[in-house]
Amino acid sequence: MAKKGTIAIEAHGVSKNYGATEALKSANFQAESGKVTVLFGENGAGKSTMMKILAGIEQPSSGEISVFGEKVSINSPAQAQALGITIIHQELSLCPNLSVRDNIFMGREKLKRGFMNYSHEEDVTRQVLKQLEEIIDPKTKVENLRLGLQQIVEIARALTINSKVLIMDEPTSALSSTEVAVLFKVIRDLKAKGVAIIYISHHLEEALEISDHAVVLRDGQIVASADVADIDMEWVVSNMLGRAFKEQAHKDSGRAKGRNVLEIKNAKILERGIATSKLYAVEDFSLTVKAGEIVSIYGLMGAGRTELMEALAGRDDFASGELLLEDQDVTKLSVQDRIKAGMGLVPEDRQRDGLIQQMSVGSNLSLASYMSHIKRGFVNRSAEKVKIEEAIKNVRVKTSGRNMPIESLSGGNQQKVVLGRMLLTDPKILLLDEPTRGIDVGAKGEIFDLLRERAEKGLAVLFVTSEISEAMNWSDRIVVMSRGHIVGIFKPTEVTREQIMSAAEATKEGVRA
Amino acid sequence: MNLNPLKRGESNATSAKFDRRAFIVEIRALIALAIIVIFFSLLSDKFLQYSNLVLMTRHVAMNAILAIGMLLVILNGGIDLSVGSIVGLSGVVAGYLMQGAPVPFTSHVAYPNIWAVLVISLIVGIFFGWLNGLLVAKLNIAPFIATLGMLYVARGFAKLITNGETFTKLAGEPNLGNTGFLTTFAAKPLGIPLPIWVMIVFGIVFSIILNRTAFGRWLYASGGNPRAAALTGVPVTKVNIRIYVLSGFCAAAVGVLFTADLHAAIPNMGEFSELNAIAAVVIGGTALSGGRGTVRGTLIGAFVIGFLVDGLVLIGVSVFWQETIKGAVIIVAVAVEEIQRILERRQKLKSAS
Repeated sequence: MAKKGTIAIEAHGVSKNYGATEALKSANFQAESGKVTVLFGENGAGKSTMMKILAGIEQPSSGEISVFGEKVSINSPAQAQALGITIIHQELSLCPNLSVRDNIFMGREKLKRGFMNYSHEEDVTRQVLKQLEEIIDPKTKVENLRLGLQQIVEIARALTINSKVLIMDEPTSALSSTEVAVLFKVIRDLKAKGVAIIYISHHLEEALEISDHAVVLRDGQIVASADVADIDMEWVVSNMLGRAFKEQAHKDSGRAKGRNVLEIKNAKILERGIATSKLYAVEDFSLTVKAGEIVSIYGLMGAGRTELMEALAGRDDFASGELLLEDQDVTKLSVQDRIKAGMGLVPEDRQRDGLIQQMSVGSNLSLASYMSHIKRGFVNRSAEKVKIEEAIKNVRVKTSGRNMPIESLSGGNQQKVVLGRMLLTDPKILLLDEPTRGIDVGAKGEIFDLLRERAEKGLAVLFVTSEISEAMNWSDRIVVMSRGHIVGIFKPTEVTREQIMSAAEATKEGVRA
Repeated sequence: MNLNPLKRGESNATSAKFDRRAFIVEIRALIALAIIVIFFSLLSDKFLQYSNLVLMTRHVAMNAILAIGMLLVILNGGIDLSVGSIVGLSGVVAGYLMQGAPVPFTSHVAYPNIWAVLVISLIVGIFFGWLNGLLVAKLNIAPFIATLGMLYVARGFAKLITNGETFTKLAGEPNLGNTGFLTTFAAKPLGIPLPIWVMIVFGIVFSIILNRTAFGRWLYASGGNPRAAALTGVPVTKVNIRIYVLSGFCAAAVGVLFTADLHAAIPNMGEFSELNAIAAVVIGGTALSGGRGTVRGTLIGAFVIGFLVDGLVLIGVSVFWQETIKGAVIIVAVAVEEIQRILERRQKLKSAS
């Protein structure tokens, strides 16, 4: 393996154009062996484009790539792999119908006399999972794993390839803090072995903790780079945004809290997926959200947050308990009827549950409110258009027009579309599951600003988050969940991060003992 | 209240559960088959007679071989509507060659021996399958459309070759050295017709291909999530072409067997058989969305369809009712799974509260 400090991979003057858009403008980037180089940048700054170019998924419009000093052209992911470059994708690239083992060896199956050598594959799988401190049977189908474990599988796959350059694009977005700690240990091992690691994350603190060298991209250009030892958060954020950024400190909003909008009474929700199981994902859950109030639910992966949200939205049933929307019992209503009654859900996985990839920005926006534009059996197109244009403006979607394909938007803007779509239905309460998953600081702020604006006008908001700072900065009350139960309700002004963290963690450990 | 972490969430999610759903689907197809066998054996003494079982299985075999090829295509989320026409075309090519093929630009007529006939017929099927694959994988034409077009093209060629007639002189002549077509391809080793043997061999070979080779793994991967498969280095385009080639190959094999079986090469041979093949695959528990399905299930599906139709003939149900019943069985086979899912869910909620 290469000596520490050798330049493992280098992009020189790399540009990439998509039609008229310049995603990268003559960017220079390099990563050294035995070091973690972190790449910061807002959505659309060109981070993912740069990584795709290094991993052979996209080809640069101009510029050169060299690997260990040798000029190369990387035309396919397979070729990148042959050069020792591996990437952990931001959006999971797993086959849900296949087992963990099959996913890990996908595309580089181990053969023995022409046939699959399953036992060898399983041994390696077990080994790498052990290294990641997860007990998963190699034959488990990936679709039966929760999102966090799927991400572990994605990471495990990269680890089984003996690569010299390892690109990690948002590897921790679905991981719990314990899992992140294990991953960091693994990263340090790889560093010691001389692997060059390129790390991308929207968790800025986390990224600073693990990396040696930081590079900031803005508008397709490298605007700053420094050793991590010499910089702090402020340096990162101001370079990313190109202006000074002060973290939004929570002030008591002073919003008038109105009547009860949503009442959850003694909710019990079953574990999903396994037909024979009688285990509860959520138990004895009672909560009231008032008009104009923003409530956050914080908890680690597996705390039951997602199951709760799905049941609130009507995609899953309450095993017992009641759900009242302004005193109307909505427990038995379908998703559509709940939306009509005034509830809106913004799902966690916007690629899978939120967006229709084949449809335009505008059609995605009007999807939930479509019915309201139907007059005498026909869609009133002009009314729809007006609403869409209004929504694009209101939620500040950056797009060159409502007819653009949804795929042309960055993650943050896609999320605004999902949000805007629900706002168009004129909801009384908005339920959001991880509204900022995989989007950057700037867009995060914009999304919460939008929610706050709406709350001023009386909208009730209930959101789930795995980032304490989000709960602290943007909500009026923080509900901490662990193992399906409420373990504490706090006011952000009267609680510290550490207290919240220990509420969520301590119970977990306590239960385990 | 159960808070033991080993019993909650994680242990459930992370243990390798034996694939209950897939198992149930196959068991259900088997039960359906058992019901069909019992039902018809009660109504007719002939049904379970050895000779009748062999006869029915020979019919099943033709469809099963097509269905195995179809399975590969459906596993990748595709569909191959052209197989029935390829059966006809390959059969007609075999018949044409047995009659003697004039060599272009000469006055000679070639009488290839029967192995050459077999190989050329198979190549015709492979070629049309390859064209399907190119259209789908390289030009990104929807499989439904590409193979629908090929359905007409291949059938058209079959009719052009025979000029709408039927070739019946398939025995060959000793002095031309091309005898044995019928005795070989309509042979009955150990008293069992050749198509049944071919079904068994194809069943085993394709099972091994799907479960034990890298190609099989690639197929399940690209059927499950083509984008992920491509990003991890699975040659998805190659896989996509290869499955249509294999489907064409299976169809051509049926074409030759069919021609020998009928003692005639008829241009309309195999019409609508693509639909029976799809039905067998679906009844066998394969998802049309791709990524899920087995050879075993497909074979069971072929038996369900075949025994049902032959049973209905045997007890004298009218042709019109046969079709109606066959259609209903296909729908029920798929609906039952969804109904079961709904019932399971209700049960679970009830027992919980």
